[in-house]
Amino acid sequence: MPDKLPNTSDDGILSLERIKTIPGYPGDERIEKGPVVVIECDEDIPCNPCEDICPKKAITVGEPITNLPRIDPAKCDGCIVCISICPGLCMFVVHKNYSKTESLIHIPYEMHPLPKKGMVVNGCDRSGERVCDARVEKVIESKKLNKTSIVAVAVPKAYFETVRAIRFEE
Amino acid sequence: MRIAHHPILGDAEKRERITISVDGKKIDAYEGESIAAAMLAAGLKVHRRTAKHKEPRGVFCNIGRCTDCIMKVDGQPNVRTCVTKARDGMMVESLDGLGTWEVVR
Amino acid sequence: MNADLAVIGAGPAGLCAAIEAARRGVKVLVIDENDRPGGQLFLQTHKFFGSRHHMAGVRGFHIGNDLLEEAKHEGIEILLNTTVWGVFPDNRVAFTREDDKQGSVIAKNILIATGALEKGIFFKGWTKPGVMGAGAAQKMMHVHRVLPGGKVLVVGSGNVGLIVSYQLAQAGAVVSGVIEALPEVSGYQVHAGKIRRMSIPIMTSHTIVEALGNGQVEGAVLARAGADFRIVEGTEFEVSCDLIILAVGLRPFDELLRALGVEMAYISGLGGFVPLHDENLETSKRGVYVAGDITGIEEANTAMDEGRLAGVAVAEKLGRLDLSKAEELKSDIRRRLANLRIGSYGRQRAEGKQEVLAALRERKGA
Repeated sequence: MPDKLPNTSDDGILSLERIKTIPGYPGDERIEKGPVVVIECDEDIPCNPCEDICPKKAITVGEPITNLPRIDPAKCDGCIVCISICPGLCMFVVHKNYSKTESLIHIPYEMHPLPKKGMVVNGCDRSGERVCDARVEKVIESKKLNKTSIVAVAVPKAYFETVRAIRFEE
Repeated sequence: MRIAHHPILGDAEKRERITISVDGKKIDAYEGESIAAAMLAAGLKVHRRTAKHKEPRGVFCNIGRCTDCIMKVDGQPNVRTCVTKARDGMMVESLDGLGTWEVVR
Repeated sequence: MNADLAVIGAGPAGLCAAIEAARRGVKVLVIDENDRPGGQLFLQTHKFFGSRHHMAGVRGFHIGNDLLEEAKHEGIEILLNTTVWGVFPDNRVAFTREDDKQGSVIAKNILIATGALEKGIFFKGWTKPGVMGAGAAQKMMHVHRVLPGGKVLVVGSGNVGLIVSYQLAQAGAVVSGVIEALPEVSGYQVHAGKIRRMSIPIMTSHTIVEALGNGQVEGAVLARAGADFRIVEGTEFEVSCDLIILAVGLRPFDELLRALGVEMAYISGLGGFVPLHDENLETSKRGVYVAGDITGIEEANTAMDEGRLAGVAVAEKLGRLDLSKAEELKSDIRRRLANLRIGSYGRQRAEGKQEVLAALRERKGA
């Protein structure tokens, strides 16, 4: 008897095409310039804590609060404060040109144990499939983050749009 | 199995350890947790057998509504183990069919 | 025992109502059958959605703690481990306490805020140990810190099913997958996204046929579900698991309402039979109010606001708030509620609520 079911749905997985059309996408041009948040939120759920928490007022939801969050690419400096407040865990700060060959992806992480800096873990896509190695550069926990820790992983640049999760054995 | 480290709830707090017996078998429990929780932590899932077909029953709703988890506790039958706290030295026994009380006339 | 307002149920709706009423000097007694107040909030470890007013971004159990602090601050009496078993025409609320002692309170007004019950689906083997409701699993994990199973199948992809899958993985279980009879996930895409990123599969258009196992769950038989939810023959297959979680919907916990003879109506968009009420959340029985999931399955944010609305309405009725101040407060709350009932997930509920108000007007007129 198999342990895991086959998957038959696309639910929960936004395509890149779709992501690039939503207001939470800062634009290809801005992504080249430095760390910036990508808000992968595309449903009209009444929700706006991201708008409140951004210290640069770079996120707008407005009224009604079912509006999709809009990112102002000029104001966002990729400070990562918004990542942990999102109840949907769908905000990622991407630094495409972290180095010549690597991108740095900040992801929200709520599992135990946390990975350790320096570890090489599996970089996974939106369906949980491993796509590459990911090196843990930062692990950020603090009381303010309220148990939604942030893990920053360095991945080969080709995967900067794909890696949105990590997996590793203890 | 008990959750020692939980990413949101944190590590387990220190609680007083007690012992209860389930069908004669001694199991560890914590003061104040439900009997059903202590049993599940020890891997014991079958609480009773039904009267007619002897089918196994266990925890279902866990809020004291469905009565699937009832057992005999310290001699008293039909006790909902999911809403009854474990106490040190408690004797818990499976029910075969529904338990009956002795009627004292 | 006497009270101006007896609140049955100390979940978000009940507590918020008690707080609003007590703030205006209403003598409130809150009664709850659990050993701690907060209702479902204490089972929820995830961060809630909504606005700052609704404590968005705060975890369920922290919202629960915050409400309790507020209630304590107002000096509200909460009877725990106390089950209300009857509400009588003379406004007597009868209850049984933990030690089996009986008691009652005569209350000028009663708020029934008993929330929701989990629905079930019935398949061969569903009575085996190892089949439980989502709430049952959450209570084991978050109240008792016990892992209810090692390998789990979750039936139902509404928010409850998606969230409990995530919670099971956080607690250390392996989730074999989530099955959903509809062709699409019915919960939020972001909840589905979280579990997909953890490689938890979602099988839409599938249902459970049987729970397998000798004495307890050891596996399940699944099959494709057609458009009419019937099993498509020949598509059965087995999966191994030791825990099957049913997350197939909630319905209002309506026992006390029925005992009271409050007017009800079946509104599918609100989860089933719901009590009819007016703009102040007063039912067809004078002095009996309702708030929270009992009025229709929604969220914690609407439960809190409905509770506040009922609390203000009772304070107004007892003359503790002047009419204009009460109207101002109630308008604010009603506006907030309306803003939560919009969009793809809210529209249906807004329509349901309109139906409730219209139906009561009709029945009163008749």
